[in-house]
Amino acid sequence: MEFTRRKFLNLLLGITGIGTLSSMLYPLFKYITPVKGEEVLSGSVSAGKVGELKPNSAKIFKFGAKPGILILTQSGEYKAFSATCTHLNCIVQYKEDIQHIWCACHNGHYDLNGRNISGPPPKPLEEFEVMLTGDEIFIRRRQG
Amino acid sequence: MKIFDWLKERYDLDFFIHIFKEKEVPKHKFTFFYFFGGMALFFFIIQIISGIFLLLYYQGSAEKAYESVKYIVTKVPYGWLVRSIHSWSANLMILCIFIHMFSTYFLKAYRKPRELTWITGFILLSLSLAFGFTGYLLPWNKLAFFATRVGTDMLNKIPLIGNWLSSIARGGEDVTGATLTRFFGIHVTVLPLIALGFLALHLYFIQVQGMSTPIKVKIKENMPFFPNFFLRDLFVWILSLAILAAVASLFPWELGEKADPFAPAPAGIKPEWYFLFTFQTLKLFPPHIVGFEGELVGIILFAIAGFLVFLVPFLDKKAQKDEIDKKFAIFGILALIYIILMTIYAWLD
Repeated sequence: MEFTRRKFLNLLLGITGIGTLSSMLYPLFKYITPVKGEEVLSGSVSAGKVGELKPNSAKIFKFGAKPGILILTQSGEYKAFSATCTHLNCIVQYKEDIQHIWCACHNGHYDLNGRNISGPPPKPLEEFEVMLTGDEIFIRRRQG
Repeated sequence: MKIFDWLKERYDLDFFIHIFKEKEVPKHKFTFFYFFGGMALFFFIIQIISGIFLLLYYQGSAEKAYESVKYIVTKVPYGWLVRSIHSWSANLMILCIFIHMFSTYFLKAYRKPRELTWITGFILLSLSLAFGFTGYLLPWNKLAFFATRVGTDMLNKIPLIGNWLSSIARGGEDVTGATLTRFFGIHVTVLPLIALGFLALHLYFIQVQGMSTPIKVKIKENMPFFPNFFLRDLFVWILSLAILAAVASLFPWELGEKADPFAPAPAGIKPEWYFLFTFQTLKLFPPHIVGFEGELVGIILFAIAGFLVFLVPFLDKKAQKDEIDKKFAIFGILALIYIILMTIYAWLD
């Protein structure tokens, strides 16, 4: 194959074209990519006061920017999990009658250890550590 | 007439003259189905007009979106009607597009030389679903909030680029006010521009090539497009307007409760009816299928099915020779039965 002057110039033109185009597209590409928020929570958050929940009930609390669920079990034990369903991101709730954590979107069930026991969720819910300080309930990520 | 002559002296108007003087529409037992494309177009025009009216009051931010729609439907004179028309017309448009698509599929109107009409039509259907999905979030109510969490999380399941894609769609890691502003911009500028372009192409192809006639169907006669078919089209449009006015005023579209990013998904939550069959499928899929997450397998299967439908004009080799390949009819009927059954199942569930 002969490498003519025309081919050489076309090649140069092509390279310049791609260069110009990418120098325009790169900033736009970066522009539409959202700025990463600071990863929240190395510490703990307050999820409410002792006595606020009746046994066998639950509430949603803010774990940084994400929802968490705090449950006071029938036996009086506090449990806390991420409230984001592992299936498709809905927010779960506590079903008192069957004592399951339940996701209304696609009927996913978790037990009181956060394990996915029925329906489509592929993974268990992340369990958080619950600490009682005075009458305040603090939640933090499990260490290690 | 003088204006026409004035224009004709300066521009080539043969294309328009052809449409009004020479274009013909074949008459046969399935002629009825030719109307659904026109109906979809009618509802699309209604969408543009009612959408512009809604823009006068709507505010696209997490703090104000719900309140502004509430203001439209409670305080603005006839605001409830404009909003109800926008929502109802959207649903009727998608219904017409589905009927239009299935009829062109079964009548094999996609075969040579109309492959690109099918392709542009498929793109218009996808754009309509994107219109529906982005528009659904705009009132910022509970149902919309969770539908958007689920819908955008599906992107998240795509290997390698999923995380990036869903963050682009959401404007961050979660569905927030940033998602709302993105969806708002896409809904009122990006999608209409693209849709108008493809719509122009789609209509141009139809005008240039005329209506397709089904294989082996007896043509009774041809009727002139103008005025015979045009008037029939007009009649159907008036009928569509009557249906729209009736449903929009008798069953005003609900606003629901304001979205709360820290409240659980309410029981009985469901997406719009045209997403019900995918929703129900994902609900029934097991958590894991041969080592992969169930919903990923479901999403991939839907993507493959969609891609096959997109390519139908090139896959159906027999139709290109004006022969009927029963496989395609059977695939279509099975898909239709599946969609209908799953939709009913989701409805009752």
